Amino acid sequence: MSHPQEAAEFLKDPAKSKWHDDTLWFIRDKRDKMSHSVPEWEELRELASSIKDNVLGNLADYLEEFERNATKNGIKVHWAANAQEHNEIVLSILKEKECKAIVKSKSILTEECHLNPFLEKNEIEVVDTDLGERIVQFLGQPPSHIVLPAIHLKKGEISELFHEKLQTEKGNEDPYYLTQAARHHLREKFLAAKVAITGVNFGVAETGEFVVCTNEGNADMGVHLADTHIACMGIEKIIPKRKHLGIFLRLLARSATGQNITNYNSHFRSPEAGKEIHIILVDNGRTAQLGREDFRNSLKCIRCGACMNTCPIYRRSGGFSYKSTVPGPIGSILSPGLDLQKHSSLPFASTLCGSCTDVCPVKINIHEQLYRWRQEITKAQGTSVKELSMMLGNGIFKSPLAYNYSGKMMRLALKNLPKSMIYNPLNVWGKQRDLPTVPKESFKEWYQKNRS
Amino acid sequence: MSIKPKPHIALFIPCYVDQFYPNVAISTLAVLEKLGCQVSYPMNQTCCGQPMANAGFERDTVGTTKHFIETFAVYDYVVAPSGSCVVHVKEHSPKVEGLEKEQAELHDKIFEFTEFITDIIKIERIDGSFPHRIGYHSSCHGQRGLRLSSSSELNEKPFSKAKKLLENLEGLEWVELTRTDECCGFGGTFAVSEEALSVQMGKDRLDDHHAHQVEILTGGDMSCIMHLQGIAQRQNQNLKFKHLAEILNEAMS
Amino acid sequence: MSSRDSILGKIRSLNLAQKALPEIPDFKGAENLVDRFRTAILGNKGEILTPDELISKLESGVYPTVYSSVTEFSNLANQALPTDSHTFAKLDLAILKGQFGVAENGAIWLEDSDLGLRAIPFITEHLVIVLDSKSLVSTMHQAYNRIGSQYSGFGLFIAGPSKTADIEQSLVIGAHGAKSLMVVLV
Repeated sequence: MSHPQEAAEFLKDPAKSKWHDDTLWFIRDKRDKMSHSVPEWEELRELASSIKDNVLGNLADYLEEFERNATKNGIKVHWAANAQEHNEIVLSILKEKECKAIVKSKSILTEECHLNPFLEKNEIEVVDTDLGERIVQFLGQPPSHIVLPAIHLKKGEISELFHEKLQTEKGNEDPYYLTQAARHHLREKFLAAKVAITGVNFGVAETGEFVVCTNEGNADMGVHLADTHIACMGIEKIIPKRKHLGIFLRLLARSATGQNITNYNSHFRSPEAGKEIHIILVDNGRTAQLGREDFRNSLKCIRCGACMNTCPIYRRSGGFSYKSTVPGPIGSILSPGLDLQKHSSLPFASTLCGSCTDVCPVKINIHEQLYRWRQEITKAQGTSVKELSMMLGNGIFKSPLAYNYSGKMMRLALKNLPKSMIYNPLNVWGKQRDLPTVPKESFKEWYQKNRS
Repeated sequence: MSIKPKPHIALFIPCYVDQFYPNVAISTLAVLEKLGCQVSYPMNQTCCGQPMANAGFERDTVGTTKHFIETFAVYDYVVAPSGSCVVHVKEHSPKVEGLEKEQAELHDKIFEFTEFITDIIKIERIDGSFPHRIGYHSSCHGQRGLRLSSSSELNEKPFSKAKKLLENLEGLEWVELTRTDECCGFGGTFAVSEEALSVQMGKDRLDDHHAHQVEILTGGDMSCIMHLQGIAQRQNQNLKFKHLAEILNEAMS
Repeated sequence: MSSRDSILGKIRSLNLAQKALPEIPDFKGAENLVDRFRTAILGNKGEILTPDELISKLESGVYPTVYSSVTEFSNLANQALPTDSHTFAKLDLAILKGQFGVAENGAIWLEDSDLGLRAIPFITEHLVIVLDSKSLVSTMHQAYNRIGSQYSGFGLFIAGPSKTADIEQSLVIGAHGAKSLMVVLV
């Protein structure tokens, strides 16, 4: 199904879709309050954006610097051109460690690479340890939001799921009770795991360290108890210097959830005695996006999810309606670069309202890029403006948007045709909306009579 | 008025306003004239090309854009009662070969109606009477594209050019909405290509206005209002709708 | 060609324009650091204790197993640092010393030398961080200035107890890490 069909499905449960909208708006509102309390907020956004501009212009140098320093610190650095190679690298490390079960904290990159199904096919048990991710993993679903993976679920659904999977009391929907059940369940997994996988929020070229931010502490529980830590990082996550973390950590959590900062902000520079850290630097379409001038700065994204929380479309259509690993506005400008045909309806799933651009902590011009992708998509599909005019004007009275193709004829038609013909089932505009009342003359006619 | 000698202002009326909302265009003309401007309406004007461009066919609007530039080249200013069309002309109309200079000039001299009044002819306040409770729909393209009002997302001093023009009208009650600047869901072809979402967004905006006992919903873009009014009428809601120019014109008379 | 060389080669072949790094201005931040820090910690759902309050908590016996790397409180602890952090799977309370705190967000910096074992602040059921109130800095910029180029294999900012809102956005304290964070300001 395309985005419009998925969205229509989502809206069929009005109570739930309203809850989804209100909940994400509440987070956006918290983000507003938090960002408005920082007087230099707009300056921080500008700084973050400029730092990322510098990174994108010097990416190869920074990656080499990062590799050099990380290696010096005793971290093993791997490079993966694509998802397949990334997954193979992970698997080879696991084989070397004779590891059959891993714990994994939230990593959008491993979702993008479809690491879980790959490992499961190779008979390795993967346990997602972020609570939201564990919930969707139990359901066999992908996350519906990059920061709030289970935001599409109600506590009743989670209670039922935990009753089945974790033997919690039937009907107990108390979030504290359910979270404690997950805590106990996951603690066993943490204590048993030999290898832990995490994503990366920032890699620092200057020091070769990388930073992982969580609220639950699941990334740290995993890696510090395991012998081997595998960190998966998109090549665009590099920042030049340690002091730049000051900028990004001030922006990240405030934008994401309206917190001052995430609870745990861990800086990994070298492995703990007797242990190993591996980092996999992944391209998977990023160098191609870097080569697209109009879309290059989508790579500035720090995955805060603020554009999802603010997007009036996302809030009312849910993350799954996008059918892409990263949903929402940022996903709609990243995904077409990975598969234009598959994601062709996404850049149109927007009114170009621009809220995403204004909320973005690294000032990605998201709505402008949505507009640009539209141009690319119609070109690639070989459609022409005639088809658009057919869509809107097919039976000229169907939509007031057809005005510029038909103008006066449309007014005449609206005036003279019976309502039953105007509001027929094929008239998309008129399904739930009246058309404007037709005036006796256009402005042009009035002006001619009165002024010329 | 501070500008001299008297500049010649061209009125640009979006095509759907011309066809469906002549009173909005008449009011725009009347307000500008009441403020002492010399205004003409070039008769051969057509659409700015926005619906095609936003649907992904910017490249097919070169002819439209060329015609637009030529039509308005001789005027000192171009004023339109639509933020959306003005943003399109400034930012999304394709480059027209041979008319680079005229096109650049056009981008500097075209203004949305309220910003023209507040920023160019610098009217500090408009006096008149309009004893009604007003809910303002801040259209996204005007707001975030032209910065006609502050964005709730940004850490900036709150401002609204429309509010500045309306707030001194006698008896007018300006309503603060819960979601001050959320999109109404019109979005051009989005209104039909994503019909379900578009209508839901519109209903949600209307609910916000109803929750604050708004009597008249106004705004600077008739496209958003057409969409909202269409939904409200279908549901037999008793909310009234007017373009900001209509309110000013009625208040000033 | 290795993937490394092909990725770096692809990037270099784009010949992108170089843009200079911006200077970071000296953002001042809050003036009353202790007040601001206190507010931030409470907002993060942590607690602030005096040393005496901590001592009376410890003496009350609510924490059967206690580890302390802070000498002032080690007479009230009953656990020694193990070689394997799994040993602390049932640890009730860990007392660690923080290097400094950040007033704007309540984040406290600790490094390997403060932790003993990296897992301790996560695996413990409850966590106490002892912090010198004179160590507070205003913003994250000042925090990184203070860390400077010092080397630690691992360092982290802790700003509160482990928490989640993954179930219907209801805030729950105590997801995987410490269920409470008590900051003792000295």
